[in-house]
Amino acid sequence: MKKKSITEPRTSHTFDAYTNSEIRRAAETGIYDIRGGGSKRILPNFDDLLFLGASISRYPLEGYRESCNTKVILGDRFSSNPLNLEIPITIAGMSFGALSAQAKEALGRGASLVGTSTTTGDGGMTKEERGHSKQLVYQLLPSRYGMNPDDLRKADAIEIVVGQGAKPGGGGMLLGQKINDRVAEMRTLPKGIDQRSPCRHPDWTGPDDMEIKILELREITGWKVPIFVKVAGSRPYYDVALAAKSGADVVVVDGMQGGTAATQEVFIENVGIPTLACVRPAVRALQELGLHRKVQLIISGGIRNGADVAKALALGADAVSIGSAALIALGDNDPRYQKDYEKLGTTAGSFDDWHEGLDPAGITTQDKKLAKRLDPKLGGRRLANYLNVMTMEAQTIARACGKNDLRNLEPEDLCALTVESAAMAGVPLAGTNWIPGT
Amino acid sequence: MHILDFNKLSLRDINKTLQGSIKNSFFSIRNPKGSHALAVGINKKITVKIVGSVGYYCAGMNKFSDIKVEGSAGPGLGENMMSGNINVTGDVSQYAGASGHGGSILVGGNASSRCGISMKGIDIIVKGNVGHMSAFMAQKGNLVIFGDAGHALGDSIYEANIYVAGEVASLGADCIEKKMTRKHLSNLKNILSNANVSDYNPDTFRRFGSARSLYNFNVDNAKIY
Repeated sequence: MKKKSITEPRTSHTFDAYTNSEIRRAAETGIYDIRGGGSKRILPNFDDLLFLGASISRYPLEGYRESCNTKVILGDRFSSNPLNLEIPITIAGMSFGALSAQAKEALGRGASLVGTSTTTGDGGMTKEERGHSKQLVYQLLPSRYGMNPDDLRKADAIEIVVGQGAKPGGGGMLLGQKINDRVAEMRTLPKGIDQRSPCRHPDWTGPDDMEIKILELREITGWKVPIFVKVAGSRPYYDVALAAKSGADVVVVDGMQGGTAATQEVFIENVGIPTLACVRPAVRALQELGLHRKVQLIISGGIRNGADVAKALALGADAVSIGSAALIALGDNDPRYQKDYEKLGTTAGSFDDWHEGLDPAGITTQDKKLAKRLDPKLGGRRLANYLNVMTMEAQTIARACGKNDLRNLEPEDLCALTVESAAMAGVPLAGTNWIPGT
Repeated sequence: MHILDFNKLSLRDINKTLQGSIKNSFFSIRNPKGSHALAVGINKKITVKIVGSVGYYCAGMNKFSDIKVEGSAGPGLGENMMSGNINVTGDVSQYAGASGHGGSILVGGNASSRCGISMKGIDIIVKGNVGHMSAFMAQKGNLVIFGDAGHALGDSIYEANIYVAGEVASLGADCIEKKMTRKHLSNLKNILSNANVSDYNPDTFRRFGSARSLYNFNVDNAKIY
């Protein structure tokens, strides 16, 4: 006869259901988990900050009558043709290969509709994204796949990628399923191989070399286009200072919520620091060099809405960049594909096996049938709508704080809900004047 | 012939002149003083003779041009070049021909480490020795070494060919010695003929390339990395 339990069955917080499934998966397959996206764990983030709206000591701006500027110029330190963006939200680097040609085209269309930039990725520049992006940032990556001086000269800015928030210190990964004929040709690799990009640039190491690399790129492009340097969020104070010292016009700092096309789960969740923790050290580095606002700072990694935009700018960033959110706007993880996701053993909202090339939404795939599911025009419209909404949300907050320019938001407009976020953001805990660590 | 003198002109002036010149122009650059990023981003068939040694990234990302350096070159010589030729009479530092897509580099002396790293179609000929990790992740093209090669030659190589006349200190992951077939001997002769190199014995060269065992991840290979 079955004995009746007196106490409730108790699961372990240490060995929770996900952890146990990972142990079983590792035991079964003998290989670490690879996935796309950014960190999924609970992290201190911009939700932990709140704005202090205007009241008696501050006066607000009329929400529907008084203007609030959203324009930003990126890269006017040394280049003669900086980027003039209508909104401070750019599209982050995502490669053709990781994404379908339709997805790249949709990103270009959407960004161009609202007057912002898109960015290439590992694997070079496609005609689709150049054709549909009014302002295109060309990435110089360690692999140099598809790197071509003709494309370099077609670019509106160049971004030297040192690191990526999802994998600081790691290289890219594109597994054989996605290396079709076109991708293989662009990357000068055999079709179907597992392509693992290097983590270091082939022809320089360290900030002194990078300074010379930047000089070379400027000489090739006639000092016309801005040079961005993108670093992963790990040591933002030092990395931003060194990038600025090396001659960057713009520094991009990507926190650990920033996505990747594919890398090891253990890397995504355990290397790097949250985006929230990146902003103040990066700003401080520029301020101490007298370069804040002269070298523009772009923050990326888990930016989702206008409140995140406003908070990043209030902490001192000049603009933000979005990747994962842009893909969701296009249709990534959309519930209308729930049945397809279930066939892949996942759910809408959880799908992250972007490297396998079976994306039901036709975004992270090179399968022609799946890719056709994404209409680039419609996708572009959706992205433009989303970017407009984010911008209006950020303006709403800025006006409430009495600011007629998004970049006039300041740390003084913020407070924190938790001790951790107060320390990371360098703003007081709500209801107090206490900033931990100061 | 146009003479461009670093004692009178800036780097920007010289590069702008080279980049904006008309086809088949001939330039002689004097007093380069080890300058970085010299003669980069050229997109025309012009000839440039540099009298003296140069710094980083000389002739980087060029197409069509013929560049001769009468001296030695710093790191990243001809990085990501697409076509054309580079001839250096002296030694070259690290990363010569890094990620080069096409054209050829002829080095009269020795090349330091990572020569031909990530090469994507370029031909590199080194009359002397090469340093460690040369042809690392080499994807396509040919690296011809008259002297000796340092450790980990051809580590993680893809479809490039390596020809070595001297000794190889060690091979990198997934790089193996391969049979010198008629086809490959012919390939070697063509590369050297195109570079006007004739003082060699083809029988002294051995060929190295990819075992292709790491092209797709296999957990059983994990210890190799």
